[in-house]
Amino acid sequence: MKSAIINVRIVDTKNNIDEIGGILINNDGLIEACGKKVTKDNIGDIEVYDCKNKLAIPGIIDGRVFASEPGFEYKENYRTLSQAAISGGVTSVVTMPNTNPVIDNVSTFDFIKRRARDKSLIKIHSLASLTKNIEGNEITEFGLLKLNGAVGFTDGIKCIQNNNVMDKIFNYGKNQNALVIQFPQDNELSKNGVINESLISTKLGLKGIPDYAEHLIIERDLRLLNQYQSKYHISLISSGKSLEIINEWKGKNLKFTTGVSINHLSLNENDIGEFKTFLKLSPPLRTEQDRLDLINGIKNGIIDIMVSDHKPEDEESKRLTFQKCATGASGIETFLSLALEQYHNGNLDLKTIIKCITENPAKIFGINAGSLEKGMPGDIAILDLEKPWVVKREKMQSKSKNTAIEGRKLQGKVEKTFLNGKLVFKI
Amino acid sequence: MSSFELAGKRLGADVMNMNVSNSAIKKGETLIDTAMTLNAMHPDILVIRHADSGAANLLSRKVNCSVINAGDGWREHPTQALLDAMTIKMKIGKIEGLKIAICGDIMHSRVARSNIYLLTMMGAEVRVIAPSTLMPKDISQFGVKVFTNMEDGLKDVDIIMMLRMQLERMDGSYIPSTREYYEFFALDYKKIKHAKDNALIMHPGPMNRGIEIDATLADDINRSIIVQQVEMGVAVRMACLKILMENQK
Repeated sequence: MKSAIINVRIVDTKNNIDEIGGILINNDGLIEACGKKVTKDNIGDIEVYDCKNKLAIPGIIDGRVFASEPGFEYKENYRTLSQAAISGGVTSVVTMPNTNPVIDNVSTFDFIKRRARDKSLIKIHSLASLTKNIEGNEITEFGLLKLNGAVGFTDGIKCIQNNNVMDKIFNYGKNQNALVIQFPQDNELSKNGVINESLISTKLGLKGIPDYAEHLIIERDLRLLNQYQSKYHISLISSGKSLEIINEWKGKNLKFTTGVSINHLSLNENDIGEFKTFLKLSPPLRTEQDRLDLINGIKNGIIDIMVSDHKPEDEESKRLTFQKCATGASGIETFLSLALEQYHNGNLDLKTIIKCITENPAKIFGINAGSLEKGMPGDIAILDLEKPWVVKREKMQSKSKNTAIEGRKLQGKVEKTFLNGKLVFKI
Repeated sequence: MSSFELAGKRLGADVMNMNVSNSAIKKGETLIDTAMTLNAMHPDILVIRHADSGAANLLSRKVNCSVINAGDGWREHPTQALLDAMTIKMKIGKIEGLKIAICGDIMHSRVARSNIYLLTMMGAEVRVIAPSTLMPKDISQFGVKVFTNMEDGLKDVDIIMMLRMQLERMDGSYIPSTREYYEFFALDYKKIKHAKDNALIMHPGPMNRGIEIDATLADDINRSIIVQQVEMGVAVRMACLKILMENQK
């Protein structure tokens, strides 16, 4: 059915639109027209959503999500993930292959695709692993997996350690034009580490992970990439030093992009306090200076995308000592609001934030979303930019409520989410 | 833990010593489950020693009784620091103004951390001496002087506190060998000459003789106050238990 959103402030960074207008959606759920020319008077007798004083942006693309299916359905499944996502304006997700079994072959990938098609409301774009069973030894079938729809390859929570394997990944990956995604962390330097190595780790008596465990790998990878000119994406960075190295290589005409988790833009190691296990993340939260550096990285365009790094963990796996508890935070539904914190406190402008969660991830992962021009699917998030609210675990939609920002006062909330032109969420 | 058990018994308490790692936790019970089970038995005081930092904090949030941290991971061992301070006070009569060197595996030592907190608070000049691989990050911000050789670190100190080499906690190449460690960082008659003539030796035990300390020196009754530490250990733990019980009433 045809419908239209009107009287809304439209921000579409790809098409450089920031104006009051409307979005017209056709019978197929695709965008037919967008902009100031779409008004109440020229759309005819169709369903109309008047969104005065609200903001319309392309549905958010979250570039790092753990769907937990298959194997960890008690943490999250496609249905609960979808509910959490749409309540946060997220309509497309890039999911990690760290499932059980690992998504490392065509038949598992195909199963995931069908399962997602049947159970998921939102659009699932699954990654496949770089190596078989994420063991870091033998590369997966990049070509066949890509034909099947894999948007990229990563070992997700693990980093390729072996230089020879990484060399072959870049070398062979180039043939298949595969997007190689690395989680940069040296295994030995981070072994048994659970927190940033600093005064805090010394005080808490916990094994720290130094920041060079991260940039050592980034530096190695970029040197290898320089040999092959394949496509490379750094999944997450956590420190200012990594940013420095990335910046040095940016000028050298390499095809690579960088992501950062919203957690690392919003929290630092001090927030861990006395062993708050919900803030045990990977990579670990680092210093306040690192956090400020990362925000600057977004501002200067050195970092390309922000992700929620949504990693649902059941309560039991978090109710352990800091050393033993699971890593990660559930965050897809608070992703946008938390990102808007940087707009409200003046660190980033609105367009930069929106670009990093719509236009840029669409481009990196090759997803048909992230903008509002004619012919694009009607994936749209409508938000109240000013609305204050407080994060409460019990109100979360995700099956796992391990939020790192319980009780945080945020400003800006998604009010409606459209998926393929259909209203799928309203507050 | 035996000193806590003895302290409790001397005060007339019913003491139950549970080695949890041999029973419930091995069968999959979490620390919180164990805490709930113990809590249901209505103890007055729980004393916990655990390999994970923060374990006592976690336990104390889940039980109604007093909790004594008898050592958590690398983090803290408060009663050890109290008994060390007490021993120094008994021997020298004061703590303020003393120069105290803590030597050895600082990184993995909860004893070092607790002693640094307490002794600096009481006005001592605390030094830490270790190879830099066994020095935790930013330790100088604890208000201590950092040394990586014994000669400089021991200069003019009143107390030398040796730490046990925690060989079981080493998961990388922190030191090349115990032989090399002994040569450069163990306390022997040669190195102790850099300290004050009447400097005293302490060790929280258990000792690795021939690794961090010369065996004869450890038994030297003119220098070593290790036996007094053990004695004071029971007394200080009795005091802790008594004070906690009195405050519960």
